[in-house]
Amino acid sequence: MSDEKIALMAHLMRRAGFGASRDELERRVEFGYEATVEELLSPEDQEPVDIYEFLRYYPLWWKPGTMGGLGHAPWVWRMINTKAPLQEKLCLFYHQLFATGVSKVDHYDEIADMVDTFREKCLGNYKELLMSVAKSPAMIFWLDNHENHANSVNENWGRELLELFTMGVGNYTETDVRECSRAFTGWTLKHKLPRFHMGRWDWEFEFRPEDHDPGEKTFLGHTGDFDGEEIIDIILSKPETAAFIARHLYSFFVADEPQVPAWSVTPPNDPEAVQAIADALIESDYHIGAVLQMVFNSRFFKEARFKRVKNPTEVVVGTLRLVGDAERPMPETMDWASQIGFMGQELLNPPSVEGWHSGIEWINSGTLMKRTNFIAEMISDLSRPGVVKIIERVKSAGRAPEDVVDACLDVMGPLDIPAESRLELVDHARDLGEFDWDDDRPGQGGAAKATEILQLVVSLREYQLS
Amino acid sequence: MNRSIGNGSKGNGSKGDPVIVVLQLTGGNDYMNTVVPYNDPRYRDYRPTVNVAEDEILTLDDEFGLHPTMGPIQEMYRAGDVAIIHGVGYENSPRSHFRSMDIWHTCEPDTLGTEGWLGRVVRELDPNKENVVTAVSMGPALFRALVAPNVPVATVENIDSYGLLTDITPEQKLNRVLGRYKRMYSPAIGSGPVMDYLGQTGLDALKGAEILNVAPGSYSSTVEYSDSSIARKLKGIAQVHLAGLGSRVFYCDHGSFDTHADQLGTHHKLWSQVSTAIRDFFDDLEEHNAADNVVMFLFSEFGRRVYDNGSGTDHGAGGVCLAIGKGVKGGMYGQFPSMKASDLDQGDLVPDLDFRSVYTTLVEDWIGLDPVPIVGGTFEKPEFILK
Repeated sequence: MSDEKIALMAHLMRRAGFGASRDELERRVEFGYEATVEELLSPEDQEPVDIYEFLRYYPLWWKPGTMGGLGHAPWVWRMINTKAPLQEKLCLFYHQLFATGVSKVDHYDEIADMVDTFREKCLGNYKELLMSVAKSPAMIFWLDNHENHANSVNENWGRELLELFTMGVGNYTETDVRECSRAFTGWTLKHKLPRFHMGRWDWEFEFRPEDHDPGEKTFLGHTGDFDGEEIIDIILSKPETAAFIARHLYSFFVADEPQVPAWSVTPPNDPEAVQAIADALIESDYHIGAVLQMVFNSRFFKEARFKRVKNPTEVVVGTLRLVGDAERPMPETMDWASQIGFMGQELLNPPSVEGWHSGIEWINSGTLMKRTNFIAEMISDLSRPGVVKIIERVKSAGRAPEDVVDACLDVMGPLDIPAESRLELVDHARDLGEFDWDDDRPGQGGAAKATEILQLVVSLREYQLS
Repeated sequence: MNRSIGNGSKGNGSKGDPVIVVLQLTGGNDYMNTVVPYNDPRYRDYRPTVNVAEDEILTLDDEFGLHPTMGPIQEMYRAGDVAIIHGVGYENSPRSHFRSMDIWHTCEPDTLGTEGWLGRVVRELDPNKENVVTAVSMGPALFRALVAPNVPVATVENIDSYGLLTDITPEQKLNRVLGRYKRMYSPAIGSGPVMDYLGQTGLDALKGAEILNVAPGSYSSTVEYSDSSIARKLKGIAQVHLAGLGSRVFYCDHGSFDTHADQLGTHHKLWSQVSTAIRDFFDDLEEHNAADNVVMFLFSEFGRRVYDNGSGTDHGAGGVCLAIGKGVKGGMYGQFPSMKASDLDQGDLVPDLDFRSVYTTLVEDWIGLDPVPIVGGTFEKPEFILK
């Protein structure tokens, strides 16, 4: 099997999923690249994750209301177990784009419901998704649309809809923000009494006609007595919107871009690719599945290997899927979900409506430490089936230090690293003495020595990239 | 209004190099309910719902009073250790959190800046990168104010468990692996800005951990900090400061002050946490006779709208800054912007004082550096630092 085909499949699976073991990559190469893209785009063909299995173990983690830290664990468990990884990856994309956090919403259930909606609609029409977001009680509360009244307009949602979710700064005026906000007056939520003293009942979207401003509005050059849906139609009819969404998709799936606030003043790194995505959005009437099919089969995608810094969810979920023994619901699930937060991406609790700053901003001395420490601990745990399989592959390369190092680099990527870094690893392997695979003493045998090399491999700078 | 408090007879503050602690009030702190212009009848006209009750205001003088949770700040103000700098902001305030915070962090109100003002300060303080803990950022993520090419900043979430590959045992093996790590992260290897950045960050992490690891162990104090995230951050800062590691710039934040709705309860809770944590922090430093060379600076990305919206307040423009410490010439600086309806801009207070003025004072009079290249120009300088 050609190394290039494995490397390309590994790239696809890192981006459209959370990586894959070498066994899975080999199976998928047999199956074919385009066929794999098709499969990733058809989550309905896969057996869904049985969330009830999780809830049999941890019933309290379902709808934990306001109870700190519980809400993200079921989602992380899904990401570890899903057979449709692109679906969960898109949930993460939309959670980053429509960032809504418990720091203010104080209601995990509602934000988890938003993620469920992303899961259901992620590959469909962007307008449908945007309408769901506009009616999501979590978003309404997060951006204060429940305080946006016919006689007292609150601009929070109206502004962020334009600034962060659709068009970007510079493509609308303050008047447009005001008029847009007026159109969403009366879009509010209703909630019931809590089921117990710490709990919350579900919230529901509610439209209150008596609190809606039905008057004439002038928005982006159009005049009429628009309501929220008509405003969204006008927004989606603008090419600036397609360009902005395209850049979000490019930055998440293809290659790191500057942070969103810079977009109004900094052109894309690859304007042609972003334009191609924008064109695909318009041609497909914002059908995200069709657009992603084009992206994953495009040359610019295939050539963008290791052009993104892995986000913390990719680091943790990718590592757990690789090393294994993480599939059952277990107390560690909660800890792993928290680790993602310690690395700077607390799920269901983004720092602001702008979501997380990505790219190299994921990395600082603190987060680099946490990432390295987490992966290095996992990859050296010889009780994990995925690690055992990795060691089996390394073993088959022989006993020479060079061969062991090359096998480690291959099975962990394949990773392409500078010759100097490889020489350091070879030196290290040589200093450890012979790799005696028959010696299985903990801490001293061949496997133990190989895990030390693996720990150094995952500490490499290159391993932080996807 | 440059009315200073105290007579300048405080200690000479010469004990140790000047240290700055920035406490960022993230989300847009409501200026009008922090330093309340309680004697202006327009205050209650504009704020029929979201106001501070007359009898709860902690008065400072016949015009202004503090939010009722700010008792510790009032005490320090009376001791002459707090400067209140009014009406701070910049022209054409974008009223967007992210853009506004970027502007405060980078000193670039017109174009997009990528370099932070404090990053430039750190570069001047330690041009040869002799101390990777010259700047310490407390929190899960690095603040943009501290970002500058080739300026290391220790980003510490929890000082008690800070270290690289700490899971590897025994120590001999850990040292062997860390030795190799250091060689693999050598600047001679790899190319391009991302690889350079990753490489430098890895080496800085390694070195910073070696240095910072001594701080919690050498710390003891009778001060019991209150229970909040900001108190934990300030305690970590106190530990590093007291360990004498040469750290000069500390950064932390608290929030979210984005009180569009239900402001009264949220604002009360946040300021109560901030005020008590600041009191604990300075008590701790004073117990160790290490407070004289520390100035704390508080700011928020913008103030909030003058009219309340019935439950909270929307994004505004002009805001207030505080500087606290023995090196501060306490009192009021600048002007509270006019609240006359015709003077408001889109319903917001128009700032009179550019935020870079406040930075100018901090950089020149406190830290002792040339402020012009750091804040990007020459600005009026309110004299709130003791000379």
